[in-house]
Amino acid sequence: MLPEIGHFALILSLFFAVALSFVPILGYVKKHKVLMAYSVPLTHVTSLLVLFSFFILAYSFAIDDFSILYVSQNSNSLLPVAFKLSAVWGGHEGSLLLWVLILCGWASAVAYKGKSLPEDIRALVLATLGMVTTGFLAFLLFTSSPFIRLLPDMPKEGADLNPLLQDVGLIIHPPMLYMGYVGFSVAFAFAIAALISGNLNSSWARWARPWTSVSWAFLTLGIGLGSWWAYYELGWGGWWFWDPVENASFMPWLAGTALIHSLAVTEKRGVFKSWTVLLAIFTFSLSLLGTFLVRSGVLTSVHAFAADPTRGVFILVLLFLFVGGSLLLYAMRAADVKSDVSFGLTGREAGLLINNIVLVTLSLTVLLGTLFPLLFDALDMGKISVGAPYFNTMFSPIALFLMLVMAVGPLLRWNRTKLDTLLKQLIFPLVLSVILTGVTLIWQTFEWITMVSLFVAYWVMLLVLIDWFAKLGNSSAGWLQKARRLPRNYYGMLIAHLGMAVSLIGILFVSVQSQEEMVRMAQNDSVTLSGYEFVFNGVSQVKGPNYVANRANISVFQNGRQVASMEPEKRVYQARTQMMTEASIDAGLFRDLYISLGEQLDETTWGVRVHVKPFVRWIWLGGILMALGGLLSALDKRYRKVSGARI
Amino acid sequence: MHPVRKKRLITISAILVIIGAAVGLMLYALQQNINLFYSPSQISEGEAPNNVMIRVGGMVVEGSVNRDPSSLAVQFEVTDYAHAVKIEYKGLLPDLFREGQGIVAQGKLNQDKVLIAQEVLAKHDEKYMPPEIADALDKAKKKAD
Repeated sequence: MLPEIGHFALILSLFFAVALSFVPILGYVKKHKVLMAYSVPLTHVTSLLVLFSFFILAYSFAIDDFSILYVSQNSNSLLPVAFKLSAVWGGHEGSLLLWVLILCGWASAVAYKGKSLPEDIRALVLATLGMVTTGFLAFLLFTSSPFIRLLPDMPKEGADLNPLLQDVGLIIHPPMLYMGYVGFSVAFAFAIAALISGNLNSSWARWARPWTSVSWAFLTLGIGLGSWWAYYELGWGGWWFWDPVENASFMPWLAGTALIHSLAVTEKRGVFKSWTVLLAIFTFSLSLLGTFLVRSGVLTSVHAFAADPTRGVFILVLLFLFVGGSLLLYAMRAADVKSDVSFGLTGREAGLLINNIVLVTLSLTVLLGTLFPLLFDALDMGKISVGAPYFNTMFSPIALFLMLVMAVGPLLRWNRTKLDTLLKQLIFPLVLSVILTGVTLIWQTFEWITMVSLFVAYWVMLLVLIDWFAKLGNSSAGWLQKARRLPRNYYGMLIAHLGMAVSLIGILFVSVQSQEEMVRMAQNDSVTLSGYEFVFNGVSQVKGPNYVANRANISVFQNGRQVASMEPEKRVYQARTQMMTEASIDAGLFRDLYISLGEQLDETTWGVRVHVKPFVRWIWLGGILMALGGLLSALDKRYRKVSGARI
Repeated sequence: MHPVRKKRLITISAILVIIGAAVGLMLYALQQNINLFYSPSQISEGEAPNNVMIRVGGMVVEGSVNRDPSSLAVQFEVTDYAHAVKIEYKGLLPDLFREGQGIVAQGKLNQDKVLIAQEVLAKHDEKYMPPEIADALDKAKKKAD
């Protein structure tokens, strides 16, 4: 009975979402205040219904209701409870439900926080979000309902959650990622509302900014978590594979990064207005495209489990409706928008323009590499794959250039910067970065990309510090007070930029200095890597809740002293008889030791893969810093004050 | 020239230069890094070039997996049930590598049409079939009919 109630709630929510898409618009056209005001309760009711059906699905997982097809495919009675709950989004149907739930969550948050928005804008924003919700609820209900039952002969046992997904990282990775991805719908909705109302002054940018920053922060965390999960769970020791699904989340991130910056210009200076609107549309379109790529199964990928053509077509139609519709609206309206303020070539506006051009170029690069195999196949030119080297050669030089400029950007003033003052500020960090790079690399083999990357990392860090000190001024008295008085927005930027440098250092050292060896090992065999000696002490059998495993024990010595005892496992999950490598990692700020157990080669000998990965934690540490920066700038007092005032 | 126009000219040329450089780099990089997929039938018919990075996929032939007793070298065959290709690889095989299972290998063909693989991929779900392989099997079957 319960699943039917959940299903019914979902159907009901579709009706409310449809109403939400039309009633406020009708009110807007007729200038009818009450109809517009309906947007708020309609949003909340839709959200509550979706939340309710989500709870029912989660409850069905918790009580092992295998009469539900989706539950029986993705759970098992032996599965630990935490994983049963995260299995709710372990498959296609459930992740889509989570997608819609988070969309509704954002919409309700806008309805709740937006009390002070002008009534017509709020109505239009919520109606736009209602349309997106309608589209995805329809997709969910017509092609991928999670409540389909297997009656009367229901299975006694479930097929179990894919062992790869039985992991803490996977409990939080999808919700974080979706929070980001889907959160860009709010900026999109503000842009659409601005276009419809023709009210394209800088206030829409101010309203959209904190929402965009928060979504961006979540997306950053989500991508970071995904990378971390891939690192320890896939057992190859890689942290980024340019897998189509990774790209699907990375493209909106790049565009979203551009959006954050162009929103700042539009808010502060009133320029780039129509560009910012376009960018908001572009960013959300990439989120939708990502959803399409992942959920339609058109791409060969680790993540693409389902391959059901009707789903692909449905979501493609949705994609065209949203992207086409909003671009049409843009084409009709954007001509009326004129940026009335001009700016100089040495101003901060120009710097942010470069930022935008480069970031959009980067996202197009990734887009091209991701879609190229599809294009090739569609033209019947054969099946191809675009390898990681493409992305690396493309990405590194452009990204390094971006960071080089990024460091200077905050030093620029609006409209115009005095070049000689700027040069004076730059000369010291330039010299120091060169020296530091030289000192760090003195015992290394010379390589351009390494040298430039390291230089850029130092350059960014030094300039962040210099900018901060400059803002504090020379007066030594009360600098603490001054430091406190600087806006959160500013600290957010500093921390996020610092995070970029930290990640760059991680990426650099991992790519250049990682050591890896694959060896045959029997009892007491040893292998030495980067000064660490790994001694194999044999393998024992252990039994987990829903798997059995061979667990190796390996002692690690450095300079004759034991530094770690590591236990990588080879698991066999019983429900699917699926084999899984569980790597053992000894983590450290400056290096990770990483061991994964390969196949059993004979009675006592195993294949073993050993890595030493310097600075790998820095990659994710930088990601955390960036996310913190994003959250901090969204919490700036300015937004609270401004949103309290009517404009 | 009028200062506003001059400014605009500089801005636009800067944009063009960046985009031009990006497109050039992109095409160059793409050219270097496209890996075409070949089925075992295509290889036995001599369609695939030697010494170029390609991808080959098929089902691992039962009983064809041969391990070197002293190193991590391994040799096996993949088939689309019409023809088979020999593959040599040195390293750890993925968890889902098994006889009768679909895999994709990336590497270069040598003179004897043996693929010297640098990477062997098996998918993360035992029910999942890489689309290239499904396609290759399909084509080989149609030809046989």
